[in-house]
Amino acid sequence: MSSFLSYLISGISLGSVYAIIALGYTMVYGIAKMLNFAHGDIIMVGAYMAYVTFTGLGLPPIAAIAVATVGCTVLGVLIEAIAYKPLRGASSLNVLITAIGVSYFLQNSALLVFGADSKTFTSLVNIPSVSIMDGAVIISGVTIASIVTCIIVMVVLTLFINKTKAGQAMLAVSEDTGAATLMGISVNRTIAITFAIGSALAGIAGVLLCSAYPTLSSQTGAMPGIKAFTAAVFGGIGSIPGAMIGGMVMGVVENLSKAYISSQLSDAIVFALLIIILLVKPTGLMGKKIQEKV
Amino acid sequence: MKKFISLALVAAMTASLAACGSSSSSTETSAAAADSAAESTESGDSSASADGEFVIGGSGPLTGGAAIYGMAVKNGGQIAVDEINAAGGINGHKVKWVFEDDEHDAEKALNAYNTLKDAGLQIMVGTVTSGPCLAVVQETADDNMFQITPSGTTQDITANPNVFRMCFSDPAQGAKSAQYIGEHELATKVGVIYDSSDPYSQGIYETFDSEAPNYGIEIVAAEAFTADSKTDFKTQIQKMKDAGAELVFLPFYYTEAALVLQQAKELNYSPVFFGCDGMDGILNLENFDTSLAEGLMLLTPFAADATDDLTVNFVNTYKEQYGDTPIQFAADAYDCLYAIKNAAEKANITPDMSVSDICDALETAMPEIIFNGLTGENIKFNSDGEPDKAPKAVVIKDGAYVLAD
Repeated sequence: MSSFLSYLISGISLGSVYAIIALGYTMVYGIAKMLNFAHGDIIMVGAYMAYVTFTGLGLPPIAAIAVATVGCTVLGVLIEAIAYKPLRGASSLNVLITAIGVSYFLQNSALLVFGADSKTFTSLVNIPSVSIMDGAVIISGVTIASIVTCIIVMVVLTLFINKTKAGQAMLAVSEDTGAATLMGISVNRTIAITFAIGSALAGIAGVLLCSAYPTLSSQTGAMPGIKAFTAAVFGGIGSIPGAMIGGMVMGVVENLSKAYISSQLSDAIVFALLIIILLVKPTGLMGKKIQEKV
Repeated sequence: MKKFISLALVAAMTASLAACGSSSSSTETSAAAADSAAESTESGDSSASADGEFVIGGSGPLTGGAAIYGMAVKNGGQIAVDEINAAGGINGHKVKWVFEDDEHDAEKALNAYNTLKDAGLQIMVGTVTSGPCLAVVQETADDNMFQITPSGTTQDITANPNVFRMCFSDPAQGAKSAQYIGEHELATKVGVIYDSSDPYSQGIYETFDSEAPNYGIEIVAAEAFTADSKTDFKTQIQKMKDAGAELVFLPFYYTEAALVLQQAKELNYSPVFFGCDGMDGILNLENFDTSLAEGLMLLTPFAADATDDLTVNFVNTYKEQYGDTPIQFAADAYDCLYAIKNAAEKANITPDMSVSDICDALETAMPEIIFNGLTGENIKFNSDGEPDKAPKAVVIKDGAYVLAD
C-alpha cells in the first residue's frame, strides 16, 4: 500500500510538471493554431537562466525563478516576432518546420554556450519533505511545489481567460480570427500575449523540472517537451483543463506501468494509451468537436 | 552593399578558420612540451632491429578531447620501458618506445600504425580507445603483428588471435563486479538498475546477472530505464527499497548515476551503490554535491593511493617526470609492457626475428605467463586474449577515491 502511494505520488509530481508544459503547448495551439515545437527548448533555456542566476551569480532562489520566468517571456515574444509572425499567412507546414528550426537553434546555442557536459542543478525549492504513514511514504518538497504550482497556474489561467478583456480576446481569436479582427481585436497583439504567457509557464516548468530531476543539458527540454505535447493531445489540444488532466494521467500511467508492468515498456504503454484514446475520442479527453468547413 | 557584406563574411570566416588552426597547433605544442621529459624517439626511423633493439610502439589520442588517455598511455609505457632498459632490457636487448597521435579517430589511427611500421614497429601496444582500435586490429591481423591494447574495452577487439587486452572488456566488468561483491561479502541481496537502450550497460547487466549466483548473490530487483526516460528514477529506487536490496549495482554513466544518488537520498534509501568504469568522473561533474557520492564504490583496475611498493614507485616516478598523478590508463600501459617482457622472455624472442615470427611466439607464450602488475596481482591471460586478474575497487571518502580493501 505504501509503495503504491509512493508510485502514485511520484507520478503526480511528474504529471504536474508535464501539465504545466502542456498548458503552454495547448494555449499556443488553441489561439495561434500552431504547434510550437520549440516550447521544450524554452524550458531548457529557462532552466539555464535559473542555473546561472542561482549557482553562477549566487543570487537567492526567488531571483533565479524571476529571471527564468521573465527571461523566457521575453524569449518567447522575441521568437514569435522574429520567426513566426512573418509566416502568419503561410501554410501550417511552413510554421511547423520553422518551429523545429527554432528548437534546434536553441539547443545548439545552449551547446555552444554551456558545452556538452551536463550540469547538476541545485534545487531552488526549499520546502522540507513530508513523510506520512510512519515514514513509509516520503513526499519531497519539489513534489509539493509542483502540484501546488500546477493548480495555481490552472486556476489563474482560467480566471484570466474568462474574466479579463485580453482573455476574452484570446477566446475570440481562437474561435474565428477573421471575425475577431472585424470586432477590432488586434490578432498580432493577442498572439504575442499568448506566447508571453506560454513561455512564462515554460520558465516555471524549467525550474520545477530541474529541481525535481537535477540535471541540465541542452537536451533537457526535448523529451519532457514531447511527452507534454502528447499530454496536451491526450487531454484535447486547445483545452486548459484537458492539458492539466492529460499531464496528470500521463505522469501517473507512466510511473505505475514502470512499477507494476515493466520499467522498459512504460513509454510504450503511455503512447499505446494515447492511440486508444484518440481512436475512441479523436479530439482527446476534453477536446471540442470542430466542424471542418469544406 | 551586398558585395561588402559578402566580403565581410569571407573575412570573418577566414579569421575564424585561422583561429581554429592556431588553437589546435598550440595544443600540439603544449602536448609536446608536457612530454619533453620523455626522449624524442619519433625522429629516428632507421630500422631498429638492425641495432639489436626491440621496437615497441602504440598510438592514442595525444591531442583533442580524449588526449588525457593517450598521454597517460604514452607516459606509463615510457616509464616501463625506462625501467626495463635500466634492468638490462628484454633477453639482453634494449627496447625502443615509439608513440603516435591518432586523435581518437579510426582513419588517423591507421595512418599512425603505418608511420609506426615505417619506424620498424615489431610489437603494437594500442590503441588506447575502442573505436580506432577496431580499425587497427584488421591491419595487425593482415600483418600478423602482435597487439595488446591497454584500454580498448569493446568486446570485438580481441576477436583475432593476435590481439590481447589488459583491461576488462565491457561485459567482463559485469562478471568481475559480481566476483568483487561476492568475494568481499559486500551484500547478498543486490538490486540492479541499468540502461536497456545502451549496449554497454545492457552487456554488463547480463554478465552480472549470470555470474551473480556463483558468488552467492541474490538479485532481488532488476529495473531498466531507457535514453528517453533517464531523469526520473524514483520508481526504480522505490522498487529496490521494497525488495530490500542492500547494494544497488549501477552499470551506467555517471551523469545518470548522479540523479540516482540524489533521488535515493530524497527517498531516505541508503544502500551501498556500486558502479563500473562509466562511473569514473562523477566527482568532476559540475556543481555536483560530492557528499551524495560518499561511500559509492566503483570497479577500477588502479588506485593511485594504494600503498604497495609497485604503485608507490610508479606514482612517484610519474609525478616526478610528468608532474601529474597517473590515471588507470597509465597503469594499464605499464602492465602491457611487462606482459610483453614476460611473454618475450618465455618465448625467448630476439629483435632479429620477423614481425610474424615474434607474433606467433608471443601468442603461444601469453597464456602461459603470470605476473604481478599495477592493475592486479597474478595477471594471466586466456587464449582469447582476455586478462584474468582479481578485480579492484575504490570507494569514495570525503570526495576522493580511496582503495577499498
